[in-house]
Amino acid sequence: MTRVDTFMSAPDDRGRFGEFGGRFVAEALMPACLELETAFIEAWSDPVFLDEYHTVLREFGGRPTPVTPLRRLSALLGIELYAKREDLAHTGSHKINNVVGQTLLTKRMGKTRVIAETGAGQHGVATATAAARLGLDCTVYMGEVDTKRQELNVFRMELLGATVVPVSSGSRTLKDAVNEAMREWVTCVKDTHYCLGSVMGPHPFPWMVREMQSIVGHEASQQLVDLNVGTPDAVVACVGGGSNAAGIFAGFANSTARLIGIEAAGGSAVGLGSPGVLHGMRSLLIQDEFGQIEEAHSISAGLDYPGIGPEHAHLAATGRAEYYPIGDEDVLSALQLLSEMEGIIPALETAHAVAWIVQEVGKSIPRGSSVLLNLSGRGDKDVAQVRSILRAGA
Amino acid sequence: MKSLETQLRTLRASGRKALVPYFVAGLTPDWLHYVDAAIHGGADVIEIGIPFSDPMMDGVVIQEAAMRSLARGTTLDSACSDLRSLTSSVPLVAMTYYNIIHHYGLLKAAGALRAAHVTGAIIPDLTLEESGEWVHCCASDDVANIFLTAPSTDEDRVAKIANVCEGFSYASARMAVTGKSTDEGDAHRVVDTIRAATDIPIYVGIGITTPGQAQEVSSYADGVIVGSALVQQILSGATPQDIEATIRSFRQALDQS
Ligand SMILES: Cc1ncc(COP(=O)(O)O)c(C=O)c1O
Repeated sequence: MTRVDTFMSAPDDRGRFGEFGGRFVAEALMPACLELETAFIEAWSDPVFLDEYHTVLREFGGRPTPVTPLRRLSALLGIELYAKREDLAHTGSHKINNVVGQTLLTKRMGKTRVIAETGAGQHGVATATAAARLGLDCTVYMGEVDTKRQELNVFRMELLGATVVPVSSGSRTLKDAVNEAMREWVTCVKDTHYCLGSVMGPHPFPWMVREMQSIVGHEASQQLVDLNVGTPDAVVACVGGGSNAAGIFAGFANSTARLIGIEAAGGSAVGLGSPGVLHGMRSLLIQDEFGQIEEAHSISAGLDYPGIGPEHAHLAATGRAEYYPIGDEDVLSALQLLSEMEGIIPALETAHAVAWIVQEVGKSIPRGSSVLLNLSGRGDKDVAQVRSILRAGA
Repeated sequence: MKSLETQLRTLRASGRKALVPYFVAGLTPDWLHYVDAAIHGGADVIEIGIPFSDPMMDGVVIQEAAMRSLARGTTLDSACSDLRSLTSSVPLVAMTYYNIIHHYGLLKAAGALRAAHVTGAIIPDLTLEESGEWVHCCASDDVANIFLTAPSTDEDRVAKIANVCEGFSYASARMAVTGKSTDEGDAHRVVDTIRAATDIPIYVGIGITTPGQAQEVSSYADGVIVGSALVQQILSGATPQDIEATIRSFRQALDQS
């Protein structure tokens, strides 16, 4: 019998995607992980729950988001470039898809409170938004460095009724915000759900978050059919933990499209990392020769993470998806290019994917190719930072 | 039975409550002097923390100590090489996060610990479900696998954990990371649940700060683990003599229980 590999199916019983994933948490958190797994499996096959999830995303979340042909940029580059417009979703990024699902699940489990980590603040804002909608208490952990880089998002979360806790341990960025959220979760796990913001963490989070983001890919694949594009030659997304990439890849995993994830050069877990265990998962991590986790460095707070979701580590190991780094300098010019040529100011995270496409046209992306960009978020949150960098450079 | 467990069962049979202080390896250049002082003061087992950059189960005190120790260049190898110079026969137990031994190589790590006279290991982020390979690697090296049980662990899991736990069972007194606290939390209930599943010695840790608390807890547990309270003292500049005095006060409290 020949076995047909289906990519991006469910992980095994231990939550493994190949050799990556699993569950590495304090025993105190194990019961909550098991409870969450059961609740998710039940909810995700319950038509009533799924209907509510889709209804909320339509009525509140602004879905479906369009696919926009980027005509001027396409003409400039000599490719057919399309953008899946997650920047147009409520709160300005794909993060809303995951938090709508997880907050509905929180209620279903009878919990009254959510905690979350955030890097750029996008996941924190999205969580605060979804929590406000359901009347859930919300506390967000954010690295001190990021509370400064993303001051406005801190204020947004507060306007939405959330409490923001600055984290001053370690590198004071996303990695430490996750540590602190996990530490806090131990103390309040009875009535509190940890609304993790990417396809990372202990099982079932990487799988659950991918499932809740897969709406991006499923919409996009239909939209490309409607646009008479069919299967694109390549699908490109930026990767921090990897949730927007996992979401869009899910719509094309078993097609002929190349799946390409773009990491920040200073946070490139596939390029610089090796297998390790952090934040509840076995994955690729940037670490030193002794297994101490190294700090990531990126212009964008949302990609400032030394790891990657375990399913991406597996997709990289099997060769189904490819991952490449992009440096800070290229990101700024890509952000300006998309703004000037298409009237879309992308998030700095998203600009990594744009920069890679611009760099690779005529190389690994032949002219004439059709390329789908996941435009994961809008750049409003980044304009102050970009202004100060551009002014300093001028 | 692993040799650590044989020793700790004998200790319990003698009627003595176990006192287990925790030290962060490499925290200061003279960190072994603190270990010696604790042994003089009446410690029965020494728990040695091997620092990790992302100590997810530790509160601010041990986080701070881990960062200081890492800044001094502490590694699994340096900790083991320091420990080899200890002359006491008091059992040593290592506590570290899974990535440290995963990165080092599990079999090699078990061997390195054993060569440093470490006869037990606590890996708090290594769940029962993921522990098979490590347990296997420890089998030939006589390193006991010590598992934590939490207040949230249900009876079913308590029994499963009891099945593989060696040396002693680590009963977490509360739903919290390491730190200081003023009460005994859920310790009594957790100990009772473990006791119903196994007759291995049961030690209580997480938040044990004062001799009074230790005495209270030892009325139903076989021993106590004291971490952040001691580490805090060392971070604030305590000398080995100060630590010896603290350990003596815990010893006295336990001997009176
Ligand atoms: C717009 C945007 N894109 C991407 C990311 C990175 O996250 P992920 O890799 O999970 O999509 C973030 C994170 O903050 C973001 O705000």
